[in-house]
Amino acid sequence: MSLPSLETLFVKPAILLRDLFPESARPWVSIGIAIGAIAAVAPLIMMYLTWIERKLIARMQNRFGPTRVGVYGLLQPMADGLKMLIKEDIAPQGADRLLHAMAPILAVAPAILLFAVLPFGRYLIAADLNVGLLYFFAISSISAYAIFMGGWASRSKFSILGAMRGVAQVISYEVPGVLSAVVVIMIAGTMSTVGIVEAQAQRWFIATPWGFVAGIIFFLSGVAEVNRTPFDMPEAESELVAGFHTEYSGMKFALWYMAEFLEAFAVCAFAVTFFLGGWQGPAVPFWVLTVLGSALIATARKLSLPVRVVATALLLAAGLVWIKEPIPSWMWFLAKTYALVFVLVWLRGTFPRLRVDQLMGLAWKFLLPMALINILAAGLWWFWRDSFIGWFLSAAILALSYWLLILANHPARRFEAALSSRG
Amino acid sequence: MSTAGELLEVSLGPQHPSTHGVFRMNAVLDGETIVKLKPVMGYLHRNHEQIGEGITYIGSFPFTDRLDYFSAMSNNFGLAIAIEKLGGITASERGEYLRIIMAELTRLVNHTAVTGFLLNDMGAFGTPLLYAFREREKILDLFEAASGSRMMCNYVRPGGVRQDVPEDWLKQAKEIVDHYPHFLDEFEKLLTENEIIRQRAQNVGVLSKELAVNASITGPMLRASGVDYDIRKVDGYSLYPRFSFRVPLGSVGDVYDRYYIRILEMRQSVKILQQALKDIPEGPAISPKGAAMGKAPRTFRPAKNEAYGRIEAPKGELGFYLVSDGSPQPYRYHVRAPSFVNLTVLEDLCIGHKVADAIIILGSIDIVLGEVDR
Amino acid sequence: MAFIGAGVLRGMGVTFRTFLETYPWGRVLLRGLRQPAVEGLVTIEYPDVKQKHAERFRYFPFLVYDGTPDNLRCVSCKICEQECPPQCIYITGPAKDEQGRPQKANGRTFPVEFKIDVSICMSCRICVDVCPFDAIEMDNQYELSSSERFGSLILNKQELLKPNEYFQRIKPTEASEVDARLAAKRPKPQPVFPPKAP
Repeated sequence: MSLPSLETLFVKPAILLRDLFPESARPWVSIGIAIGAIAAVAPLIMMYLTWIERKLIARMQNRFGPTRVGVYGLLQPMADGLKMLIKEDIAPQGADRLLHAMAPILAVAPAILLFAVLPFGRYLIAADLNVGLLYFFAISSISAYAIFMGGWASRSKFSILGAMRGVAQVISYEVPGVLSAVVVIMIAGTMSTVGIVEAQAQRWFIATPWGFVAGIIFFLSGVAEVNRTPFDMPEAESELVAGFHTEYSGMKFALWYMAEFLEAFAVCAFAVTFFLGGWQGPAVPFWVLTVLGSALIATARKLSLPVRVVATALLLAAGLVWIKEPIPSWMWFLAKTYALVFVLVWLRGTFPRLRVDQLMGLAWKFLLPMALINILAAGLWWFWRDSFIGWFLSAAILALSYWLLILANHPARRFEAALSSRG
Repeated sequence: MSTAGELLEVSLGPQHPSTHGVFRMNAVLDGETIVKLKPVMGYLHRNHEQIGEGITYIGSFPFTDRLDYFSAMSNNFGLAIAIEKLGGITASERGEYLRIIMAELTRLVNHTAVTGFLLNDMGAFGTPLLYAFREREKILDLFEAASGSRMMCNYVRPGGVRQDVPEDWLKQAKEIVDHYPHFLDEFEKLLTENEIIRQRAQNVGVLSKELAVNASITGPMLRASGVDYDIRKVDGYSLYPRFSFRVPLGSVGDVYDRYYIRILEMRQSVKILQQALKDIPEGPAISPKGAAMGKAPRTFRPAKNEAYGRIEAPKGELGFYLVSDGSPQPYRYHVRAPSFVNLTVLEDLCIGHKVADAIIILGSIDIVLGEVDR
Repeated sequence: MAFIGAGVLRGMGVTFRTFLETYPWGRVLLRGLRQPAVEGLVTIEYPDVKQKHAERFRYFPFLVYDGTPDNLRCVSCKICEQECPPQCIYITGPAKDEQGRPQKANGRTFPVEFKIDVSICMSCRICVDVCPFDAIEMDNQYELSSSERFGSLILNKQELLKPNEYFQRIKPTEASEVDARLAAKRPKPQPVFPPKAP
């Protein structure tokens, strides 16, 4: 039996497994396989996202990050998980215990559901819905309920303040988020995630004026929807202790974290799907990647020598086995997603958070008009799509409206003079 | 039932991530806007003044380290000046230079750290704070090499400093001081023009000139409001008149000005340090009278008198009021703590702003609870 | 003003630079771009690597003896006990014989018991400053954590006694100063024949 190609590395075994069952049961089995795969992968993604975030932020702050548990702290997520599991589970006195317990579950469930329509690779999608894009927005907005439920059920002032902020924020940012995705539907002509990726075969949407603007708006509102710095109002640890999850502990607290990280990952993945060409990428030979990877491992000082030798050899062998193949689509997808995750972490490592009213102002006074104008720009671009005029017009409209909007609501103008005079 | 106008009372602290210790703000909120705010202090009261009345004058020095634990050297300096006034002690010239060097290094330490903390209060994930601490560590290393301790230095004495600095110390100090403007440039690049910080800090917690003067606010907070009052210039204590430096002033008096004043003050401190490190003379680090006093604290029995010594500590006017009854212990020992006095305007600054603003206003006041509660 | 967002992007540049500076390849990259690059990782991984402290680094006091432990410099004058700001020194002594006369060892009185409660001690070094006999000095041993309050955190005379050689080793500069001072104070041995007046 020959090795499957890289492209179908995960699909082949799934098909083989499905074919073990009788014809009539196969649709159900393939659903089961998809659910099983997502349920297995999602917690892993979340655990290592925490590790990645801690490592990257630490490096931005001249620190090592976790190093004590396992090599490079690689077992830290496991240790954290274990710690969370054995912590006491406390519900405050007077809390609505049922809702208090339900809220984190309600937060995690949609975060995992989001993975269903994610096209991880050319053939790797759990459910290619023809309303994939709508599905994403519908499901991801459920988190507002969870946040409010958790905050309200905790019966704590900090929680309720955080929850109110959370609801206001999630609802506000949904509007520019959806409107920025409208242009994707317009140009791609479909709402299916696979269709959108395929529509970017010639040119990624980010490489057009409207796509660039829409991508940034989508990403920003995504960041705001998953409550991450600089938009982490509902949690706001310096003001509200921990916001809506102040009164959570143990595994429930871990679930909140899981929801946050999974949604963050999902937002990055959907931004890749909608604007960064999804799983498409230039046809770079696979062996280039293995050579680079093995060089990285061979020079990793903290690994023991046998591990380094074995890992390097394995990687090089893989490169030899699939020497003729390009880098597979799922690797491109993951690489792009993690690049966006890096940006997310980078933002968190750099910025303080905005204030509640400023946050709302950004959504309603800046992102929303920009998203609306962007629809016009995309239309113009499409109308003259084969000529220079479309590019020029849409870029000009967007730049002009950017300036006008800044002028209209830039609050800090008078300080320019004061600042420069102070020297 | 109408819910309109229903107020929410929130107790921020004494265990809260952003109250810089055990401090409590009882805030009354209308939505997120603060209508009333009552600071509650005293959780860290440690009897500092009473202890000072029970031990010798020298014995108070290690306790002053623990007043404002970010700027131990300045605190020592303040008490030393008060005792010198009381006992008519003069300091040796090298001692004065070393004290000024230490006090200005302390200012660098304090202002970088407080800027980092302020940014943490704004919600940055510790990055500016850790950059600040990275540089602070280098100066703390200097303190350790000179005094033997990084934070609780107990180094300055009436008449000079306890021990002369080790060899090479001045050279190391010069290296660090010369590098400091580069760090400040980087720090400013990260913060000063950041739009988010401007949005958060500008026009928030504006302290008017009149209120600042009436509430006897001192230090960077007063100067951010545009009042030209720096005790280094006004009193000209120690050898400060010998150095050329400017007193930066703010124009608005908001949180942003208070942040920026500190950056500018650090640049001036670097200037003073460079002059001091260049001009420092050889000689004894402590005058004979001071040395004798340090060796035998109980022989120091100043005549019945009183004295008030004050310095421009990083946080403001730090004053020590001593009354002697002729015994080795002071009859009355009082500390005029800048953090405490500056904190009194907290409510005036916060009313009408959001909860998030209250936190950064508190951060921009720059308090250390060890000094507030004493 | 360049454009709104310029300050934000510049800030991101600073953090990214720091990120690169913590990796060897990142520093190579920065140098390639003609950027200054210093080692970014300033952490000292404590239990594995220990910080090198300055010579003057002080922690808790100890008692110095010359040669043998019974030849300690402390004469039990109790000045340090009196001057200690947090009052953490407890001295019993000087040692007396049955008649109540002070006992002497090597021509000096000595304490029966000398205790320092290191959980109260605040490492201020005033005891060292006031000691007329240079008998008490500051140690730089800081790994003293213990799970019980009264047993191991109250150091008694045996635990406090350390030889002068130890002092020489941890603080060479200060120790040789002290030795020179003591040598100057010590009475010169009387010459057998008094020198003639010139």
